[in-house]
Amino acid sequence: MDIIKEFYSGFSIMNQEVSLVLVLVFVLLADLFCGEKGKKYLQLLAIAAFALNVVYGFTLKVDSTYQDSFAGMYVTSDMHILVKNILNVGTLLVFFFAHYWNEHENRSQSGEFYFLMLSTLLGMYLMISSGNFLLFYIGLETASIPMAAMVAFNKKAHESAEAAAKYILTAAFSSGVMLFGISLIYGTYGTLYYNEAANAFLAEPLQIMAMIFFMAGMGFKISLVPFHLWTADTYQGAPTPVTAYLSVMSKGAAVFSFLYILITVFRNYAETWQNILWWIIVVTITVGNLFAIRQKNLKRFLAFSSISQAGYILLGVIAGTPQGMAATVFYIFIYLFTNLAAFGIISNIENQTGKVGMDDYNGLYSTNPKLAVIMMLAMFSLGGIPFFAGFFSKFFIFLAATQKEMYLLVFIALLNTIISLFYYLLVVKAMFIKESTNPIKPIKSDAMSVIGLAICTIGMIVLGFISPIYEYMSSISFGI
Amino acid sequence: MMAIIFCINGEKKNLIRMVMAAGALAMLGTSVYLTLDFLAQREAGATAEFLYCNDPIPWYETLNINYSVGVDGISVAMLLLSTIVVTTGVFASWGLEKLTKEYFLWFLMLSLGVFGFFISIDLFTMFLFYEVALIPMYLLIGLWGTGRKEYSAMKLTLMLMGGSAFLMVGIFGIYYYSSMDGNLTFNILEIAKNHAMPIDKQMIFFPLTFVGFGVLGAMFPFHTWSPDGHASAPTAVSMLHAGVLMKLGGYGCFRIAMYLMPEAADQLAWIFIILTGTSVVYGAFSACVQNDLKYINAYSSVSHCGLVLFALLMMNKTAMTGAILQMVSHGLMTALFFALIGMIYGRTHTRDIREMGGLMKIMPVLGVCYVIAGMASLGLPGLSGFVAEMTVFVGAFEHSDLFHRFFVIAGCTSIVITAVYILRVVGKVLFGPVQDKHHEQLTDACWYEKVAAFGLIIAIAGIGLAPLWLSNMISDGIMNMLK
Repeated sequence: MDIIKEFYSGFSIMNQEVSLVLVLVFVLLADLFCGEKGKKYLQLLAIAAFALNVVYGFTLKVDSTYQDSFAGMYVTSDMHILVKNILNVGTLLVFFFAHYWNEHENRSQSGEFYFLMLSTLLGMYLMISSGNFLLFYIGLETASIPMAAMVAFNKKAHESAEAAAKYILTAAFSSGVMLFGISLIYGTYGTLYYNEAANAFLAEPLQIMAMIFFMAGMGFKISLVPFHLWTADTYQGAPTPVTAYLSVMSKGAAVFSFLYILITVFRNYAETWQNILWWIIVVTITVGNLFAIRQKNLKRFLAFSSISQAGYILLGVIAGTPQGMAATVFYIFIYLFTNLAAFGIISNIENQTGKVGMDDYNGLYSTNPKLAVIMMLAMFSLGGIPFFAGFFSKFFIFLAATQKEMYLLVFIALLNTIISLFYYLLVVKAMFIKESTNPIKPIKSDAMSVIGLAICTIGMIVLGFISPIYEYMSSISFGI
Repeated sequence: MMAIIFCINGEKKNLIRMVMAAGALAMLGTSVYLTLDFLAQREAGATAEFLYCNDPIPWYETLNINYSVGVDGISVAMLLLSTIVVTTGVFASWGLEKLTKEYFLWFLMLSLGVFGFFISIDLFTMFLFYEVALIPMYLLIGLWGTGRKEYSAMKLTLMLMGGSAFLMVGIFGIYYYSSMDGNLTFNILEIAKNHAMPIDKQMIFFPLTFVGFGVLGAMFPFHTWSPDGHASAPTAVSMLHAGVLMKLGGYGCFRIAMYLMPEAADQLAWIFIILTGTSVVYGAFSACVQNDLKYINAYSSVSHCGLVLFALLMMNKTAMTGAILQMVSHGLMTALFFALIGMIYGRTHTRDIREMGGLMKIMPVLGVCYVIAGMASLGLPGLSGFVAEMTVFVGAFEHSDLFHRFFVIAGCTSIVITAVYILRVVGKVLFGPVQDKHHEQLTDACWYEKVAAFGLIIAIAGIGLAPLWLSNMISDGIMNMLK
């Protein structure tokens, strides 16, 4: 009896997971029973239920700095909860942007859309909160397999299927590489629990090899160079809301769990992984930027831009300090609003006119001034221009990296921001300066997109000025 | 400080021009009041280094970032300059028709950045305002510019952002070596007081910071954005950019690079003296061979701004006072130049001096103003250019070693070369036969153009005739820094 009691008490700190599962089951059942007529309300119902879950997430707090259950299988802290809340907010925004698309092109399967997306979110929760490589792996797979289905959601377009095939194959391959790494970890450390593994430090090459395999597997998920080759095609082929979700949520969750594992399990190899990451960051930022310059399709363009952004995020990871963690999470938080704003505009315009080329945006300001201004804000924020939030997150992440005396790395990254500014300005140039004979007609956005874009815009403008957010993050962050 | 609020108010109104003019005049009034009050306080014996400091408002406490502002003699001079140029700039762009509201919005953002930069005493906010001032340039040039505007706008923005990449690393370095006991701070005054950076680190971060600001100050070989950018920008933007924004570079070099890392500044000055000396002479020579009016002025700006940095690097009171005076003087006179060029171009639709001639008869007011600007530029006594350059060279000559003497004399030759290109333009464009029959029907300046031009001329002549209060105010700030 005691065992059962203990088993159930383990769930008591898993509030977010439990409430998410409730929403998930609710959406599934509602989809089953609503019938043809009820479909109209299904989306609103799903969004409302999830919104409740988002609000609930913000009320949570752990008693002490660190809690675990199931013998260390599951861990949580204020930071873990915060990261999940950030992902929640992002997912809600994606739902807003996906509403119109679901309504018009995906009517019959909108329930599945929400169900699959929430499943991936659950997987990410488990990735973030795992204290054991097995749970981590399960979370990872839960996050990526439904994701492949989502990428292929646009059944009429063969690019979508192609994108999904690429995604699932690379995901499977990277999982294989990572599993090999995990098996080496088990072989050399003798345990899969993070906290035990951290103490089983032997300083032998096999352990380093295990770490490298693991890092390679994570590299695929975060799409770091040289593991980035799937990114552009998948981003281009997937339905735009799914692309937005992939580029922000999937990346954010993976980066945070990566950071957590590096600073707990591989704490004693800090110097080694810092050296590896140093080069990965340089290559990722540079390659991402250089490829982004020549893209004409905005989704591909943002794919490469997000590769280089991932490089910037890793600048916070490489420091490994509490300040680095705060900067990383803050960066993800800002990046979420910024990138989702850009994708929100793209999906809005794509839904109504089917145009995604950079040239199609010529003269956008004269026909759709509001959309053009929001897109410009997003581009400036991605490029790190003040007063927009992107400036603050970039500044803090560079500050975190220089704390470890990595001035050269920061300098290279800063020179790369010039390249990135160049291509972000190309979009601004297209919208404001260039004139077009065939501009996009004035668009009337649907209510949900308007809400989503409004939230993103407010986020981009005010978040940098609200210092308590960053203060809170740095008060609950931890590091080596 | 009030100035910022005025800026923001102007954004929402519909009668944009009127509001802009009113706002700019109010700003001008505020800054004149600020100057008078500042002088009065100094008179009354206020000795604090910075006056009007607010209590630092904590912003990011964990990183010790505060919003703290204050002014000393130098920033008061700079603020006065900025408000004059902004106000006249508003009048100079009165006739602009295309997307007026957006234009003034960006123009305001630019001025906001400039004002914020001059009053900040926190490195973080200073850097923030610095970047705020840079980005509007892209759209201002790209949308409202002329000629190869897209290319120039992109080149200017990227080069200046490149400069800020150098600068940002420098700022991080300063931050992490800002104190001995681990209480890192962004506050410039505290950093200077702690003076904790070891010399070998200074040797790394001083050049980074100096080059970072030097790009904006058009230091050779990082000046190439300046001619293209100025030539393509609309009138008021050239005015503000050459008149004020380039001064951000000089001010930053002085306030951050040299003030916070004095030992490295002392040791590495020779490198930058060579570079800035080159830009003084090279800019002047380049201006001689150009045929486009704006290019001539842009190169002349390179030469004059080079002189500012050159004088700063001499590191004595007289030369530095001269440097700041030169900033003010060059700011006013180059703004006048660009305003007049804009007015002339608006009528003749060409800026090529070979296609113009005899304009003095057709538009006497503009012609006379142009001659006055030219005279100020080549250092005629009674106008501001003379005061500034005189002080610079007297101060620079205090160094008695061969190296400094050589570069000072080389710098002096630029005065002669300046005379060459100024008189060449005046002779070709204003006098001589009329080249183009159509030009005879052109009209002279209208009221708002006269307001802009006369406002600047009054300021130039005012400084030229009564320079003492200004140079006292500036050298007062310099003394505090040199301590």
